Amino acid sequence: MSTIAAAPRQPAASRVWASGVTDALSDTADVAWRNLLTQLRTPQALVFALIQPVIFVLLFRYAFGGAIHVPGTNYVDFLMPGIFAQTVAFGAVGTAVGLSGDLRTGILVRFRTLPMARIAVLAGRTAADLARNLLVVAVMIGVGFAAGFRSPNGAGGLLAALGLVVAFGYAISWGFASLGLRVSDPEAAQAAAVPVLFLLVFTSAAFVPSSAMPGWLQAFGTHQPVDALVNAERALILGGPAAHDVLISLAWSGGLLVVFALLAARTYARMGR
Amino acid sequence: MSESAVEAYGLRKAFGEVQALDGLSLAVPTGSVLGLLGPNGSGKTTTVSILATSLHPDAGRATVAGLDVVTDAARVRRVIGLAGQFAAVDPNLTGRENLRLIGRLSRVDRRQARVRADELLDSFGLNAAAGRLVRGYSGGMRRRLDVAAALLHRPPVLFLDEPTTGLDPESRFALWDSVRDLARSGTTVLLTTQYLEEADALADQVVIISAGRVADTGTPAELKARFGTVLFHLDFGRQEAAQAADTALASAGYRPQRDGAGIQVRSAAGSGELTGMLRALDGRAPDPVSVAIREPTLDDVFLSLTRGGEAA
Repeated sequence: MSTIAAAPRQPAASRVWASGVTDALSDTADVAWRNLLTQLRTPQALVFALIQPVIFVLLFRYAFGGAIHVPGTNYVDFLMPGIFAQTVAFGAVGTAVGLSGDLRTGILVRFRTLPMARIAVLAGRTAADLARNLLVVAVMIGVGFAAGFRSPNGAGGLLAALGLVVAFGYAISWGFASLGLRVSDPEAAQAAAVPVLFLLVFTSAAFVPSSAMPGWLQAFGTHQPVDALVNAERALILGGPAAHDVLISLAWSGGLLVVFALLAARTYARMGR
Repeated sequence: MSESAVEAYGLRKAFGEVQALDGLSLAVPTGSVLGLLGPNGSGKTTTVSILATSLHPDAGRATVAGLDVVTDAARVRRVIGLAGQFAAVDPNLTGRENLRLIGRLSRVDRRQARVRADELLDSFGLNAAAGRLVRGYSGGMRRRLDVAAALLHRPPVLFLDEPTTGLDPESRFALWDSVRDLARSGTTVLLTTQYLEEADALADQVVIISAGRVADTGTPAELKARFGTVLFHLDFGRQEAAQAADTALASAGYRPQRDGAGIQVRSAAGSGELTGMLRALDGRAPDPVSVAIREPTLDDVFLSLTRGGEAA
């Protein structure tokens, strides 16, 4: 615009860009800090986020597990990769709930009138949710070990698998960020998010082998990101050729991250129009 | 910078079927306080949201400090502060944490943000509560923190959206004092309010809006003067008596407004007019049961404008 052309002495474009990136990172850190502090101060939410996956471990390990036979492995070793995936998938609902809460209370209005980097509102929220995912996954490993999980392929395989889990969780939390920005009611955001996640988690191989499902369901269930993640995790945790599955899962997470981040940034930029 | 720190021309904004702003224009001279007065739903918050860059107008143009609020929004944000109804503080942070966070996000460096946060906590009387979570604050404390949060980067232009709605009188007067101090230090303030008393107490200029348009504008004194200097209220006790008096006064050249058994007459001539009015009634209508004489308030101006009545 003409006003920019008329501004006195513009610094070199590369320096503007560099200081813009520094500012954006610093703003993101500040927003992430605020979100983490807020979560620590409402520990009920954190506790409830843990209860559901723990119940799933208990249900599938002890109530259903006896009736599910997976050839060549203990059911609990088969189960835990599914639980990890389910935990971060449902944890991403927290991103939507958190942002829609900020929309409702009016904090977002204030943020939108501050000279902060716009992306920091979203990047700070998803970064805080990443940190929460790390905590929740750590707890689930403990719960898994208590229930007999032994990670047959060793610590390296387990850590690599958890890296995939957290990367997936980060990617989809950007997707839920756009949802949260569109719904100024946390309950509605939750109600919209949960059915989609149920569908993805339960049609995947998270709890039972896909081969036990009818063909039409397999066609959907084996071509979606939760299934890709669970297969890659199992290859890493149980042992066996993993490269192919890992690449597919990384491709899903990377692709979803790019699409969802662009979508969320666009939603945020268009707010108020 | 131009003479007006804030200028808006022909702003229009619709939310679905509702035309919230219908061609609103206003200007706030640099260093002055403008009171934007209107009932609920008249477009006050929409106006502030557009000027504070959080909402895009459908049509029209607005500048703050000479910068366009749409095309130059990033630079506008460096010179404005926003507090009020829909801009919030975080209930799960302490007062001090809130101010430091907003200070940092307002591009105040970390050390300066700490110093400034403590300064503001002090001047808004929140020192004792600074380390407590905001969710335990009273409404008045929250509002004060909210205004403090808008001031961290010392913005030359401040938007206050209904800053005292729902506050008890004591908190309201404390906030008024803060606004007066800011105005004295040269800050340009645009304040929306439903309270005429508040506009009267704080504003240099008042813009009355109704249904998204400017209904009238002037200094509080001008608006009151335009409406007449004295207001007579004659109570006749019975409707028929008031009706007769209405006719009598009208035929004598007054402009009575009847409301049931009462009649209101505005006059620019002062309280001496009463003698003439009573003479006009003599023999044509019963004597009034009671007569009250008062100066018009902004309420009278406001009600006459928003009810579509004519101003004298």
